[in-house]
Amino acid sequence: MSSTHSVPSKSSTEQARQKVRGRGERSPLASVGLHLTLLVASVIAVFPPLWLVVTSFKPKTEAFDTSLVKDFTLGNYSHVLGETAFLDWLGNSLLVVGLTTVIGVFISATTGYAVSRFRFPGMRPLMWMLLITQMFPVAVLIVPLYNLLATLGLLNQPIGLVITYLTIAVPFCAWMMKGYFDGIPVEIDEAGRVDGLNPFGVFWRLVLPLARPGLAVTAFYSFITGWAEVAYASAFMTGEENLTLSGGLQSFVNQYTSDWGSLTAAAVIIAVPAAIVFGLAQRHLVSGLTAGATKS
Amino acid sequence: MAVETSQSVAKAAGAESARGPGRRTEKNPGRLRRALSTHWYAWSMVAPVVIVIGVIIGYPLARGVYLSLTDANEANVERTIGVNHIPATYEYVGLDNYTAALTDSVFWDRLGWTLVWTVSCVALSFTLGLVLATMLNRKIKGRGFYRMALVLPWAVPAFVSVFTWRLLFNERGGLFNKLLAGGGFDTISWLNDPMWAKISVIAVNVWLGIPFMLVALLGGLQSIPGELYEAAEMDGASAWQRFRHITLPGLRSVSSTVVLLSSIWTFNMFPVIFLLTRGGPGDSTEILVTYAYRLSFVVSPRDFAGSAAWGVLILLLLSLFAVVYRRALRKQGEVW
Repeated sequence: MSSTHSVPSKSSTEQARQKVRGRGERSPLASVGLHLTLLVASVIAVFPPLWLVVTSFKPKTEAFDTSLVKDFTLGNYSHVLGETAFLDWLGNSLLVVGLTTVIGVFISATTGYAVSRFRFPGMRPLMWMLLITQMFPVAVLIVPLYNLLATLGLLNQPIGLVITYLTIAVPFCAWMMKGYFDGIPVEIDEAGRVDGLNPFGVFWRLVLPLARPGLAVTAFYSFITGWAEVAYASAFMTGEENLTLSGGLQSFVNQYTSDWGSLTAAAVIIAVPAAIVFGLAQRHLVSGLTAGATKS
Repeated sequence: MAVETSQSVAKAAGAESARGPGRRTEKNPGRLRRALSTHWYAWSMVAPVVIVIGVIIGYPLARGVYLSLTDANEANVERTIGVNHIPATYEYVGLDNYTAALTDSVFWDRLGWTLVWTVSCVALSFTLGLVLATMLNRKIKGRGFYRMALVLPWAVPAFVSVFTWRLLFNERGGLFNKLLAGGGFDTISWLNDPMWAKISVIAVNVWLGIPFMLVALLGGLQSIPGELYEAAEMDGASAWQRFRHITLPGLRSVSSTVVLLSSIWTFNMFPVIFLLTRGGPGDSTEILVTYAYRLSFVVSPRDFAGSAAWGVLILLLLSLFAVVYRRALRKQGEVW
C-alpha cells in the first residue's frame, strides 16, 4: 500500500520506516499517546473502588487518612459482621433478589419466546408496553404501590419488595430473552414439532436448554438490578432488621453518624462477589442487550 | 351432512357472539374462536407477563393517575391508627395539581436542571465511551487489561460506588480536598456548593455510565467489516474520513439504542442524586424524580397527590421524547 517506489525523493531512513510500518500500524508517538490516554482513563475508572478497598483496611479513626494503609486492620470487617445488622440485611437482600430473579426470569423467558417465534394479535402493543414500562419513573408508581402494599399488609415484608422488583426486572428481561431466542434457528423448533412435541414441549425441552447462556445473563441482570435498587427499598422497608443492603448501607453514614470505616468494609463485602460474577457475564450482557433492542 | 355441519357452526358462532364482548365477533362469526385456537399457546405464554405488568404496573399506574387528580396527602388517606380505622377523606379536585405544578416555578427550575443533567450526562458518557471504544478497537498491547479496568465501574453496584465518591468528595477529610490543600489550593465544598454539587453529580454519573457505552459501542465497532476500512484506505480516505463515513454510520443502530436507553435511565436516575447529595444543597441538584420522591416521602405532610402529578408529568415528557426520537430515527430509515 504505502509503496516506497512512489516516493523516491524521501530520505533512506524514512523509506526504511515506511517499509516496516504496515497497514493499521502507528508511529511510536501515536502508540505512546494511545497507551497514555487509556492508562489515565483506567486509573480514573479503577481508583474509586480501589480507594474503597484501601480505606476499609484502615482503622476507623483514620478513614480519611491520605496515606496508604499505615496500620493494617480487619477491625472494620469484624465490626460489620459481628456487631451490626449487616448479616440480616444480606439475608434480606439475598432472599428478595433471589426470588425476583427466579420468578422474573421464568416468566420473561416464556414471553420472550412467544414474541420471538409467534406472530399473534397483540404482539406489537406488547412490545411497546415492554419498552414503555422501562421509562416509568419511580415517582408515578411509588405512592400507589406503597398504598397497595400497605393495604395488603406487605410493607416491611420481603415479598412486597419482590413484587415491586418484578415490575423493574420483567420488561427488560423479556426484551433481552427475545434477542436470545431470535438467535436460535427456527429449524430446531420445526424439527421438534415434526417429531411430535407441542409448542410448550419445544420451548421447554429444546429451546430453553439452548438459551442457557441467555438465561444466565438475564438472571444476572435482574440480580444486579435488585441488588442495587435504592428508591423502593428506602421507602418500603423500615426498621433495622428489615432493611436490604442498599438501605442498610445508608444507615452507616447519615446526618447523625458517619461511620466510614464500617461503610467501606460493608461496601467491599457487597461489591466483591457482584464484581466477580459481573466479570464472567459482562460480554454476553451487552450482546444480548443490543440484539434484543435492535432486532425486532 | 353439510347442512348439519354449517348449522352447528352457525350455532357455535351464535353462542360465541352472545358471550363475546364486542361488535367484532358479531361481524365475523367464529373469528375470536379461530384466533383462540391458532394463538392460544402464544397468548398463554405471554399471559404471566401481561398479568404481572397489568396488576403491579397497570393498577398502580391507574391509581397514580387518579391520585394526581385528588388532594390526597398524609392526613386524609385511608389509614389505621391502633385499632381505629380512618377512612379516606380526600376528594377529586380535577386538574388542580397539574395547574399548580405547571404554574409553580419550582417545576420549571427542576425540569431545566433535569434536562441539563440528562443531556450533559448522556453526551459526555457517549463521547468518552466512543473515544475509548475506538481506541480499544485497535491492535494494542494490554487490551484485555484496559478493557477490564474500564468496565470496572459497571461491575460495582451503583450505590456502593456513590458512597465511595462521597468518601472522596468529603469536605473536611476527603481525598480530593486533602490533595488540593496539599498543593496549596483552596479546598472546594464539592457537595455543599450548588455549582460544584451539580458538577460533582454529573461527574459521578458519567463515571458510572461510561462502561455501558464503551462495551455496547465496542460490540458495534467489532461488527463493522474490516474490508470497508481496507477499501477506504485503498481509495485514499484519511483516518478522519474513515471514522466519519464508515465508523459512525456503522454504529448507527447500536448508538441509537444506547442513547435512547441511557437518556431514559439518566432522566430517572434516582440513586446517584438521592445518595450523593439528597438533592441538596437546598434543592439545587434535585431532578424531577427525586423531587417527586421528596414530595411523597420526605416533606411533611406527605403530598401524595402532588407527587403523583409530578410522576405523570415525567411519564408524559419521557413518552413524548421516545416518540419524537423514534420518529426521527424512522425518517432516517431505521427499521424499528
